[in-house]
Amino acid sequence: MTRSSTVRRAPLLALYATFVFAFIYLPIVVLVVYSFNRDGVGGFPPRHFTLGWYTVLFADSSIWNSVLNSLIVAAASVALSLGLGLLAALALDRAGFPGKSLFRRLVLLPLILPGIITGLSLLMFAVFSGLHPSLATVFLGHATALISVATTELFAGLQKLDRAQEEASLDLGATPWQTFWRITLPNLKLSLIAAGLLIFTLSMDEIAVTFFLIGRDNTLPLEIWARLRRGITPEINAISTLIFVSSVALLVIWYHLRARSLGARSPEFLEQLGETS
Amino acid sequence: MYSRAYKTLVSLPPLVWVGTFLLLPYALVFAHSLWAVREGVMVHDWNLDNYKALLTNPLYAVVLFRTMHIAASVTLCAILLGYPLAYYLAFHAGARKELLYQLVIVPLWVSYLVRGYAWKTILGSDGVLNGFLQYLHLTREPVGYFLYSPFAVVLMLTHIYTPFVFLPIYAALEHVPRPLLEASQDLGASSVQTFWRVILPLSMPGLLAGATFAFVLSLGDFLAPLLVGGPSGTMIANVVQSLFGAAFDWPLGAAISVGILVITISLLCLGEFLEKRWAFQ
Amino acid sequence: MSAFPANPPQELPAKSAALLELRNVAKRFAAVDVLKNISLNIASGEFLTLLGESGSGKTTVLRLIAGFAQPSSGEIWMSGERLDLLPPYKRRVNTVFQNYALFPHLSACDNVAYGLRVKNTPTSEIAARVEEALRMVKMQGFAASRPARLSGGQQQRIALARALVNRPRLLLLDEPLSALDANLRKQMQGELKSLQREIGVTFLFVTHDQEEAMALSDRIALLRDGALEQVASPREIYAHPATAYTAEFIGQTNLLRGEIRGGMVTCGALRWPSDEADGAVIFSLRPEAIRICADDKRQPSEVRFRAAVRQQFYGGSSELLEVDCGNGQTLRVRVPVGGPLAGEQDFVFSLCDPTRVAE
Repeated sequence: MTRSSTVRRAPLLALYATFVFAFIYLPIVVLVVYSFNRDGVGGFPPRHFTLGWYTVLFADSSIWNSVLNSLIVAAASVALSLGLGLLAALALDRAGFPGKSLFRRLVLLPLILPGIITGLSLLMFAVFSGLHPSLATVFLGHATALISVATTELFAGLQKLDRAQEEASLDLGATPWQTFWRITLPNLKLSLIAAGLLIFTLSMDEIAVTFFLIGRDNTLPLEIWARLRRGITPEINAISTLIFVSSVALLVIWYHLRARSLGARSPEFLEQLGETS
Repeated sequence: MYSRAYKTLVSLPPLVWVGTFLLLPYALVFAHSLWAVREGVMVHDWNLDNYKALLTNPLYAVVLFRTMHIAASVTLCAILLGYPLAYYLAFHAGARKELLYQLVIVPLWVSYLVRGYAWKTILGSDGVLNGFLQYLHLTREPVGYFLYSPFAVVLMLTHIYTPFVFLPIYAALEHVPRPLLEASQDLGASSVQTFWRVILPLSMPGLLAGATFAFVLSLGDFLAPLLVGGPSGTMIANVVQSLFGAAFDWPLGAAISVGILVITISLLCLGEFLEKRWAFQ
Repeated sequence: MSAFPANPPQELPAKSAALLELRNVAKRFAAVDVLKNISLNIASGEFLTLLGESGSGKTTVLRLIAGFAQPSSGEIWMSGERLDLLPPYKRRVNTVFQNYALFPHLSACDNVAYGLRVKNTPTSEIAARVEEALRMVKMQGFAASRPARLSGGQQQRIALARALVNRPRLLLLDEPLSALDANLRKQMQGELKSLQREIGVTFLFVTHDQEEAMALSDRIALLRDGALEQVASPREIYAHPATAYTAEFIGQTNLLRGEIRGGMVTCGALRWPSDEADGAVIFSLRPEAIRICADDKRQPSEVRFRAAVRQQFYGGSSELLEVDCGNGQTLRVRVPVGGPLAGEQDFVFSLCDPTRVAE
């Protein structure tokens, strides 16, 4: 007899899986719940619902300044790393040059090397070249580290693009430049948007590299970091909840685009991680 | 079919950028590790003293050993949590598979800091866990050793890297051809035998990839110890960070960084080598 | 050794001059000779088919002409101009790709208009020419559809219209029918042939299907391992295959290996007179050239032999027999449909039927 195609029940395993999910989600649930707790973080159970911490948060100008800083850095990083990542993906896909496989591995390094090494190496570079730590150096760090994400995502998009499409375009009389604008880019559109969202999210959250490159103006994660040193307040729960909600929102958008463009379910860079050493 | 000009145009900018902002900075780390600090000033005096200090001062070995220990614990815990979860999703989740998969992915995108902060609020002596224990009258006094301990670091990092470990294992399990399982049963193997003799070997590359990530990423982490580790949870990257901060000895910090880099890259190569050995297709 | 050159100097149809010339074209990929010294002329208005097994280099020839690859040596000329030095987009050559390569983000009508748009053709002219091209392939009703919504046959028509709308001098077709199922394929063959006659564009058609090549072509160029085996009209190549390979590739045949000695050919059990010089020979004898011989009248121009019927394959309009002439020599014989056959029979073929071929 062959095994029936219906799913076999495995109650113990299901229970264990539930436990793992609980472990994964517990901190996030606690975080969100206590952002609405009048008596602050800690104590059990949370008793009095309030939106007060959000009111405090919205009146806190230094948080919103740091949000603005993060948005600026993230937007600039998206623009630069997408541009360079697109070129790098094109180069990896179609140009042969000496040291190409070395280049591929090098581009991916910031993804797997501890952030501290990328961060302090760029700090040394900044000192070496006379740059003062500022949002500009943070941007430099983010953009450089995140080229890897752009490259892998767009390379996957290019691999999926049928080379015959471009040949057909040249065959029909379009110049390479026209072919790039009319065929290559439109086919990569969804990959570009998806990669952009991913880079944006990662830049908004980045802390290890930023830690070494920050100047006087804090990004949001470093503003939170600085406050954590002074102690825990539910205001941080409130901003963390907002970060969580916006991350999930971006993820949902990202997932839909990605499913439409590549049909795959996890970001390419995660799948690439295993083969980069 | 692409012209030389086209290839140059697309290769040159990323090559220049990566060379300037990635390769050159890494080279600078290496150069710094061969310099020295004399009377609070860094001098470009080429020597190997920093490396000698690392090898002779037992303090570094202790911290490195602790770091390895924490990273290994994180890896083991993440596998123990991630593998069964991946197995359940791949073979028993049925129609809910897609949804559950997405649920594992979501926390990957949630800020590292947010998650670390959450653990801090849970584990603290005024935290949610102590509140909960006292609410149940299991303890009278707040328990102090949850937070600021190697345990807290392992817990937080396990929480962060479990989805990372889950992903490649799940991908490997999904790629196990289903007829092989039927063939194994047809040949008289029980479910447990099928798991040990067929499924586990075939999912080994995924398991190794996941384990390599978790280990390498934990190894170089310095934020978790700062957030929840306390002095007893200090890891090797924290030593680097303090040498770049208050202690101001960049050359020594750079030497340790080079050490971390070498260990990391060796581990990645080892992981890749083992994965290839286990790859049957 | 053979009296028959494998690649005889080819004659172009007298009415027209060469549109395209390949002059000693060779292509190497990573130390493999994909094409070896190919010389081929294509006449204006001709329907020429490149026939060959997969890996024989036929698609490489198309890619060299279209400009997606560069010859390692040799030259390609078109109407007195060097073609191989031009980039693909400056060649007045268009291609129908194997899997059509329709642009998925453009509608059928935008796909067809693409070539005209990139050359900044006036909008009014584009509209008129696109409409004409769509009418030509009977796809007027599908102008707004995206390629994903079209069937294989419809995509094929759009791909054809997209190429023809540019009025190429030469249309390259890379196994355009291979993705279609058998019935549709037959129908499209007919349409392609009449379309080509109607508009008079030169077609260079690539296929691995010898029946398709025979049905469509003015001439067939048979490729084998990157070299031209024979170039001739379908009738010529079938009736007078130059080599054993050609004879077996195109249609079915019996290859008779034997020798000539003292004015007699001996191929196993078969013997017939010949005035050729002594030596080893190979003859190709088509199965349909052999008949069952019912009477006893011997003609001097015929060769008779007795053989046992081993297998009988019913084929609807004819039957194929496998017969044993003794000593394990088997021949295939195509006969009109009759009843079941068994045991020994007399067979006959005419002296002019065996065609001598080179190895």
